[in-house]
Amino acid sequence: MLRFVLRRLLLVIPSLAGLLVMTFFLIRVVPADPAAALAGENATPAQVAEIRRQYGLDQPLYVQFAVYLGQVARLDFGESAYSRRPVSLDIKLRLPATLELTVTALLLATLLGIPLGTIAAVHHNRWPDTLLRILSVGGIAVAAFWFAIELQLLFAMQLDWLPLRGRMSPGLTAPPTLSGFLLIDSLLAGRLDAFRDALRHLVLPAFTLSLGGLATIMRFTRAGVLETLQKDFVTYERAQGFPPHALIWKFVLRNSVVAAITQIGLLFGSTIAGAVVVETIFDWPGIGFYTVQAILTADYKVMLAVTLLIGVIYALVNILVDVVHGLIDPRLRERG
Amino acid sequence: MSDAALLEVRNLRLSVRTDEGIAQILDHVELVLPHGHILGVVGESGCGKSTLARAVLGIVPKTATIESGEIRLEGEDMLRLSDREMTERVRGRRIGFIPQDPYLALNPVFTIGSQLLSPLRWHSPPTLRTERERRGHLVSLLRRVQIPEPEAVLERYPHQFSGGQRQRLMIAGALACGPSLVIADEPTTALDVTTQLQILKLLKSLTEEFGIGMLFVTHDFGVVAQLCDSITVMYAGQTVEAGPTREVLADPRHPYTRALLACHPDRSDGLTGIPGLVPSPLAPPTGCRFTPRCTHAVEVCSRRTPRFVSDSPGHLVSCRLADEHRKVGL
Repeated sequence: MLRFVLRRLLLVIPSLAGLLVMTFFLIRVVPADPAAALAGENATPAQVAEIRRQYGLDQPLYVQFAVYLGQVARLDFGESAYSRRPVSLDIKLRLPATLELTVTALLLATLLGIPLGTIAAVHHNRWPDTLLRILSVGGIAVAAFWFAIELQLLFAMQLDWLPLRGRMSPGLTAPPTLSGFLLIDSLLAGRLDAFRDALRHLVLPAFTLSLGGLATIMRFTRAGVLETLQKDFVTYERAQGFPPHALIWKFVLRNSVVAAITQIGLLFGSTIAGAVVVETIFDWPGIGFYTVQAILTADYKVMLAVTLLIGVIYALVNILVDVVHGLIDPRLRERG
Repeated sequence: MSDAALLEVRNLRLSVRTDEGIAQILDHVELVLPHGHILGVVGESGCGKSTLARAVLGIVPKTATIESGEIRLEGEDMLRLSDREMTERVRGRRIGFIPQDPYLALNPVFTIGSQLLSPLRWHSPPTLRTERERRGHLVSLLRRVQIPEPEAVLERYPHQFSGGQRQRLMIAGALACGPSLVIADEPTTALDVTTQLQILKLLKSLTEEFGIGMLFVTHDFGVVAQLCDSITVMYAGQTVEAGPTREVLADPRHPYTRALLACHPDRSDGLTGIPGLVPSPLAPPTGCRFTPRCTHAVEVCSRRTPRFVSDSPGHLVSCRLADEHRKVGL
């Protein structure tokens, strides 16, 4: 198993190298001239040239790339043109909020999607299946921004059950930052009031963000379970008197979730992308909103750092997915 | 009910709903298996023998309906039991099952131990109360079916075993809860010839040792001759002939049994076959289903299903000619 994990880690190196090269060139081929953007609208050509020289943009590409690698290694992405603070500091402050939101959303999607998909498969083509199919198509089709606003209207404005926006109520002091996840930090600090408050703030945005993933995971689980149910070993297990509950939820399900778990890894990307919209609507102090501003102002340092960061996280999540696959299926483990 | 046969199937009719209509898969199926005997159910593929095995276990597909008949296990009608009762009291516990293809029948993502021990947990016989006792019981069974290093085997996964070894594991699994009946659905078809022979010998000695009756489904008369005490021959969902193995092989009465035996490579001079095809269960011939392919058929054959009558003690034939065979000495 250890060898299996190490192999996965080695395999990620080429992907990360590719990511570095791509981000490097991406910045240099974008239509917006970064030097012009940095210099501002009323800058003279001389000023633009001065900035180009100052940032090394007039150097040969290989020199620029070497400099770039050094900066990445030191996590030095320079100063944001917009916030006038080091980009790495901005990210450090905002990333945990986004991760907490994204991870919760994916967790929700998985914990609901796998059982619901299984129920749909067990009741194949009967009403529970039909109902869940309608809901899952809805989950993909409905626009997140519309759904989020409807949720806000109902649960925050009318029923007043949940907060409308933000990550924590204004009157409350945040627990000391350890993981950056408010739920975890408040528990570690023994602050149940803060935990409750953070959880209440998290419910609506996380649920909104989970919808697309929930529908996908549900569909893949359903297909997987349906396929497994046709297998000989299921007939054998029934013939040997395996009770239906254990048969489905243990012996069938474990054979059926590999495709769904692959999707969880892939969904991480689209969920982070979705966080941009959800963070904007719920006023969530994460990296999504920050990135939108960076794109709008052609703040290329921020774009670069965020792209790299998400790429790295995405690769790590997919290693995790591979490891989970290995834990589920012994044959994958041995193939390495 | 101590005098009841171990397994008795009477007048079983089963149909399956398909997109093209109702398929009559089993029609007037009859069989009797005494305690401790091995009964071979023989027929070509598609004759309904596997469906029969599944019907006894109560695991026919949802599209199947049992229209009439009885399936009695030690006198108790299985068709009156709910699926829950079948799961809790019959499957795995009173009836063990050995599948056709051991390569596909083991769950690939669970260890052998968790697959074979689970039924013991659910159907725990009174002598095996603790996990330790159950493990010990299973290990001794694995040893009995000649699996090397049985303790270590419990922690391994199915793909780490050969076909013959897997079938030994399935046999141990079928015997684990101490059943009185074992249903084996072509258990050697997927194995190579030498392994086949070993498995057959093992099955034979195990049924004797544990006093188990076995319903052995196969298409191979050679296997039946080696293993079974008696035979039931099926054709297109009907039972056509039944009797002690030696007698049926030496003196087959039904034209289909004769034709089938003539096809066996040991007996025929070259490649012979039965002219025509097995009829579609969607539109089976009326009366005796073998009529269209039968060289002895007369007009009455397609009008009435012949009764399953005793030709000589213990030898039953479902053929209009059965009486006449004797008279004219066919």
